[in-house]
Amino acid sequence: MTLALILIAVLMLGSAATAMLLRNLIHSALLLILSWAGVAAFYLWAGAEFVAFAQVLVYVGAISMVVLFAVLLTRQNRIVDVLIEPATKARALAGLFVGAGMAALLSVAVCYTKFPALADAAPQTSVKEIGLVLMRQHGGALLIVGVILTVALLGATILAATEAKRQPEDKP
Amino acid sequence: MSAVPFLERAPIELRDWFVQLLPGPLQWLTHHLITVVAILAVFGLFFAFTTVAERKLLGRLQNRLGPNRAGVPKFSILPWHLRHKLWGLTQPFADAVKALTKEDIVPTAADKVLHFLAPVIIVGFSLMGFAVLPFGRLLIPVELDAALLYFFAAGAATELAIFMAGWSSHNKYSLLAAMRALAQLISYELPLILSVVPIILVTGTLSTSAIVHAQGFWTFGLLPHWFVFTPWGAAGFVIFLVAALAESNRSPFDLPEAESELIAGHLTEYSGFKYALFFMAEYFGLTALSGLGVTLFLGGWQAPCAFLEFIPSYLWFMGKLVGMIMFFIWVRGTLLRLRIDQLTRLSWKFLVPLALLNLGNAAFWVLSAHWAGPLQLVRWAVSLAVIVIPFVVMGRSITTGYGPRSYRYAP
Repeated sequence: MTLALILIAVLMLGSAATAMLLRNLIHSALLLILSWAGVAAFYLWAGAEFVAFAQVLVYVGAISMVVLFAVLLTRQNRIVDVLIEPATKARALAGLFVGAGMAALLSVAVCYTKFPALADAAPQTSVKEIGLVLMRQHGGALLIVGVILTVALLGATILAATEAKRQPEDKP
Repeated sequence: MSAVPFLERAPIELRDWFVQLLPGPLQWLTHHLITVVAILAVFGLFFAFTTVAERKLLGRLQNRLGPNRAGVPKFSILPWHLRHKLWGLTQPFADAVKALTKEDIVPTAADKVLHFLAPVIIVGFSLMGFAVLPFGRLLIPVELDAALLYFFAAGAATELAIFMAGWSSHNKYSLLAAMRALAQLISYELPLILSVVPIILVTGTLSTSAIVHAQGFWTFGLLPHWFVFTPWGAAGFVIFLVAALAESNRSPFDLPEAESELIAGHLTEYSGFKYALFFMAEYFGLTALSGLGVTLFLGGWQAPCAFLEFIPSYLWFMGKLVGMIMFFIWVRGTLLRLRIDQLTRLSWKFLVPLALLNLGNAAFWVLSAHWAGPLQLVRWAVSLAVIVIPFVVMGRSITTGYGPRSYRYAP
């Protein structure tokens, strides 16, 4: 079991690291997707079936498309490789600072969180129970997430629709 | 176990008998390998004969004969020689040999690795959907609690493969067609999943075998309680059929490979066996989606009448599956291809609102489950009205100004 975890971790971190090092944006995006798939594999390893499938459906299925479309639609020049280097020292420092801050915050959060179920065996939950918990105890949070996503969708539609009005399609 | 008739148990018993012959450590592995091989063999052959059935049926629909020439090769060493052409049934094997022996051309500008990976990924992931379909009372490869979620998650990777194929070919037409295919797949994923949600709402489970068991009742032993025979189920089934056609790139939604407009879409730069793999993945996807449709709406492996239960359940499943495939071929021979704007409009302005309404309809069906007597009639009437009236109103509004075309022959 530990061997599988190590393999998954190497896959996840390795593909993420390679994604940052590559110059080809599409290759980077695809490797990033591989890394997300690794996260799903980790959830499967941990026995969280539902979260794993949801991860694949949302990240590999949907967010990957957003990333790839964004890369393809925003690239104006024909050159395949882009130079990725910080323009100024200040920017590089800012990036380093933000990254270090984020890492510190996350490690503090991980170190100081108490895991009450650590000693117990992993609880056997069915998808139905997860659904009931989501809908009853966390119904409010679910609604808020839904509203935020709807607003984002409407915003995107408005942004896309306000460009010059297209010719009405030719009648057959 | 003994209550189940022998024919029902036969495949499982055969597998268990074979597994027991092997030493202990190998048993677990063999157990699963046999399942995988069985799926590959059955659905590989099913794919082969679907192509020949499609070509023959399309031929008949167009007043042609279809392929009928491929017979058995002449084994001249044999003392006798089968002269019958076998109605051209060996055509798919001839096609396979042709695809395998063709030259595999990779463009020099192509991204070699991604160009190779795209067909591999698309076939791999299109096969994964079969893992959770219950083919019979005892025949389900993997019993998952979140089976439906798994099915759609497995299908999500095909979009990625189409993008990889289009981008790595380094061809404008391939990339354009891949983007168009992605727009289509993303548009129709929504109605596809929304048409399935009412089933989950009514049965309260994501497990495919539990959904089939929920449909295993009959009124007077004759009328099956399949979900397609309820107002919300019928509407969901129609939405599912349209979305499944679009998801598997079938006519009338086969724009991604429209020959006359974009050569062959993202397949332009593929040849030989890699092209055949894409073709295969398309049929596997169609078969898996049809199997899901059978499982969710048409009662899965349940017999249509109680007294017909003596026929093994997997034969019922395969029969319904063949029926679905024949229906898809019939649609291909009948309907005209849509334009890309009509295609996306149909999804976003018609199917998605209808599917959302249908979700509310199913909620009403669950809440009114205890109604009895004359109220039962009210329940059916309300449920029908909720779906039929918006269908007519929206259908009218989406087709205004598109009268039937009149054709005139040149004088």
